[in-house]
This record gives sequence, structure tokens and C-alpha cells, in this order.
Amino acid sequence: MGDCRLHRIIPPKIAQKIMDVIFWASGIITLLILLMVIGYVFYKGLPVINLEFLFTDPMDSGKAGGIFPMIVSSLYVTFIAVLVSAPIGVGAALYLAEYAGENRTVRLIRFGAETLSSIPSIIFGLFGLAFFVIYLRMGWSVLSGGLTLALMALPTILAASEVSIESINKSYAQGSLALGATKWQTVSKVVIPAALPGITTGIILGMARAIAEAAAILYTVGAALITPISLLDPARPLPLHLYILATEGISLDNAWGTAAVLVILILIITVTTNTLVDRYRKQMMGR
Amino acid sequence: MEYIIEAENLNVYFDELHILKGVSLKIPKNTVTALIGPSGCGKSTFIRTLNRMNDLISTFRMDGTVLLDGEDIYNPKVDVVDLRKRVGMVFQKPNPFPKSIFDNVAYGLRVHGINDKDILEHKVEEALKGAALWDEVENILDKSAMGLSGGQQQRLCIARTIAVEPEVILMDEPCSALDPISTTKIEDLIHKLKKDYTIIIVTHNMQQATRVSKYAAFFLHGEIVENGRTEQIFLEPCDQRTEDYITGRFG
Repeated sequence: MGDCRLHRIIPPKIAQKIMDVIFWASGIITLLILLMVIGYVFYKGLPVINLEFLFTDPMDSGKAGGIFPMIVSSLYVTFIAVLVSAPIGVGAALYLAEYAGENRTVRLIRFGAETLSSIPSIIFGLFGLAFFVIYLRMGWSVLSGGLTLALMALPTILAASEVSIESINKSYAQGSLALGATKWQTVSKVVIPAALPGITTGIILGMARAIAEAAAILYTVGAALITPISLLDPARPLPLHLYILATEGISLDNAWGTAAVLVILILIITVTTNTLVDRYRKQMMGR
Repeated sequence: MEYIIEAENLNVYFDELHILKGVSLKIPKNTVTALIGPSGCGKSTFIRTLNRMNDLISTFRMDGTVLLDGEDIYNPKVDVVDLRKRVGMVFQKPNPFPKSIFDNVAYGLRVHGINDKDILEHKVEEALKGAALWDEVENILDKSAMGLSGGQQQRLCIARTIAVEPEVILMDEPCSALDPISTTKIEDLIHKLKKDYTIIIVTHNMQQATRVSKYAAFFLHGEIVENGRTEQIFLEPCDQRTEDYITGRFG
């Protein structure tokens, strides 16, 4: 046993101190990496951001002007993605955790979801091109892009929701059933409300995955520089705009500005939901 | 004597395990019946057949009959939802829902279709008074039930149960997770409740059985060794095994 040998060489109290420092350092390093990346994006990007940048159309392919259509595009495709994937993901999670026993179908669904989440996003993009854009004739559009992102967000939402529903104390459901509630009343009035913080976190994780994705929408959403209105309009979400600005050497400054806006957007979404989820959880648990 | 529940020759199996072996027991109305016996002897399984909570376990099989007011509760025509409204249950560990105190008590009522605010408020107050909890929670009805102490939570669970006005209340070791003061409060409550309800309580605590119950049944290895009036079982048991158990020689 390595543990025992370690104890023989180093006195336990000193070993404890050493490990404390190692764990502390690991935490600090993680935090520093995060701050470095976000800090650098802000350092390069924030100077570019002003009201004009946020609220006007791009000019000269994005070399000048703003990124308003891209912000709208990002919110639009993400909204579609969550609208489609959240009900399916949460529904499947409820089925797996509450209704299905342990059988082959259930294991197959779980295996399917796990596999889905490990498929590279560019392959989702290629599939979206073949299926939504060409086969279903949706063309390069907000709809095609949103649906492709929905496929990507689905396994994330399913996995997080299932864990959250599974972790709900089984005694709640027993108490509800013993009062004469039906299975559906128990699930809808006790299990789902208790699992809501976890389910919400899952949806936000899926949303964050969708809003940050470039590869999956590369072949599906087009690259229009105008603000999309209809579901079938082409669009250019922020990550795609960032990709084009940088790879085609249009404007590195505006690429950093776009990146900073994207990061801020994601921060706003996560911080707001975390606050709301925390408040709900405290109210529910009486602390 | 009027019996509310009559179990006749009950056999219960989980997979191949034979848990209850030919158990027959009649429960008199508006009294407290204590089920005693060592762990794993089938007491909890027995009370869970009375509100069909065992149905939730996929490996559960049974034969025999259970009559509630003369009606077979395992008849396919019986609505389990309706049965569980008539036969309430309080669990070993307090299990209030992570909702407000009010919503916990109102839950059963709402589930059964009562949504009128005035009626709900009235019934919630009545149930909390009935469970001797009203004075402590009167001003914090909108606070989460999870913030209450263990003993308060258990009385809340009793309030939640009596709010739907059952005929029978099953209690599965309701005090085993509570401190002595909370236990006394629950026992006082049981005395108060027996006027209106028939109570069947599983307990490991011999003193508790003598304090709260009028009738008792001693379970051992899935069979009822002896049943009758509590003082008779404790003072002059007919069976040597009963005497050995209550005097603490085993179990």
C-alpha cells in the first residue's frame, strides 16, 4: 500500500500539510487560467466595444461598423435550440429516472445520449447540412442552425436533468403516493419542483454549449450580415462572425470585440440563472 | 367489537423470499394497535400491504385477503388512489416535501381536487391544530417545512395525513428518528387522534407500545406469534417466545 509507505517516510501531519498546499495550488491555478483567458479577451476586446459596435450593422464585411445582427442571430438560434432540446431532454430524463426500470431500452437511450455528447460538433454541422438544410429544404437559416444546435444541447440537458431527478430523495415520492396522489401528480408537483434547480442548471449548460458553438452552425446557418427576422432567414451568430473575421483576416480588433461580447453574454446568462436558482433553492429548503 | 381492517391468511413474497407467512389479523376501529417484533420480522411489510405501498416494488407478490370496511382492497376494481386517501401513512423518517408548511398540509387536499382558498386555509389550520403543531407554525406557514425540527416535521407529516381525513393511519416507527421530548409529543398526539382514527403503529420500543396501544400483535419471522390486548401480551403472554422478546432475551 503506497499510502502506508508514504506514512512511514513522511509524518502524517506533514503529509497533510503538503497535500493541503497541493490541493490549494490546484484550485488557484484553475482560477488563474480562467482569469487569464477572460482577462485577455477583455483586455483586447473591451476597448472595441461601444454603443455603436453593439447596435449597428457591420460595414465592409465587418471591418467596420457593429455586430448587432450577430447578437440577434446568436440569441435567435440559441432560443430555438433550447426551445426544442429542453422539453425533449427533460422529458427523456423524467422517463429514464422515474418511469423506465433498468432494462435494455433504457440502457440504449443512455448509451445513445452519451455517444451523442461525444460526437465532434463539426459532424453535427455536416449532418445539419445534409438533413435540415438540404433534405428538409430549410436552407441556410436560423431554423437549420437552431435545430442543429438543439441536437448538440440535448445530451447535455438530458444528463444533467437525469442526475438531478435521480438525486431527489425517494421519500418525497413515497409521501406523495401515500397521500393518494397519482404518479403524474407526484412527478409534476413534487419531483419536478424539487429537481428544478438541477434541471435549470442542465438547460443553462446546454444553452452555453449552443451559444458558443461555431462548427455546428458553419454549414447550416449561412453567413448573412443582416439581422434575421424570419425563421428561414440566414444569419451569422457571434462565434461564426468571430471565426470569419479572424480566419479571413478581416479585422482582428473586431474579432476580439466580438469575443468579448460573446463572453459577456454567456456570463450574464449564467450569473442571472445561478442567482435565481440559488434563491429558489434557499426558499425551498428554508435556509 | 367492530373491526375496520381484517387481514386473512396473508402471504407476501419479494422474489423468492417469503416475507409474510399466513398472517391473519383484525384491527378494531378507533383504537391503537401496536405491531412489535424484531427487525426484519415483517411488521413494516404488513402495514404496507394495508395501503398497497408494496405495489410499488416490482418483485412483490401476495395472496390472501385484506378487507377494509368489509371490502377487499386487492380487488382489481379498487382505486389505489382512493384507498390511500382512506388509509394514510406516516413514515419512519419525517419526509415533508421541500415546500412551504402550508403547501405541505394542503398537498393532499389539492391532489384530491380541493382548490378553494378559504376551504384550504380552514382545513390546513384544522389539520395543524389536530397534529398539535398550529401554535408553533401559525406565523410561518409560508416558510419551508425543511427548516422545522425533526419532531415538528413528523407532526407536520401527521397533519398532512389527517388533512385528507383518512379512516386509518399507519405509522411505521414514527419516533425512531426523534429525541425523547419530540417522542412524548407524538405519543400524546396518538392518544388524541385515536378518538377519530384507527391507528396502527409499528414500534421497536416496548415502553412505547404499552404507553400508546390498546391492542398489540407480536411478529416473528413473518408470522404473528400472539395478538390481543396490549397489557395481556406484556403481562401474561401465552407464548414463551413473546415472553422472551418482551423481556429482552432476544431481538
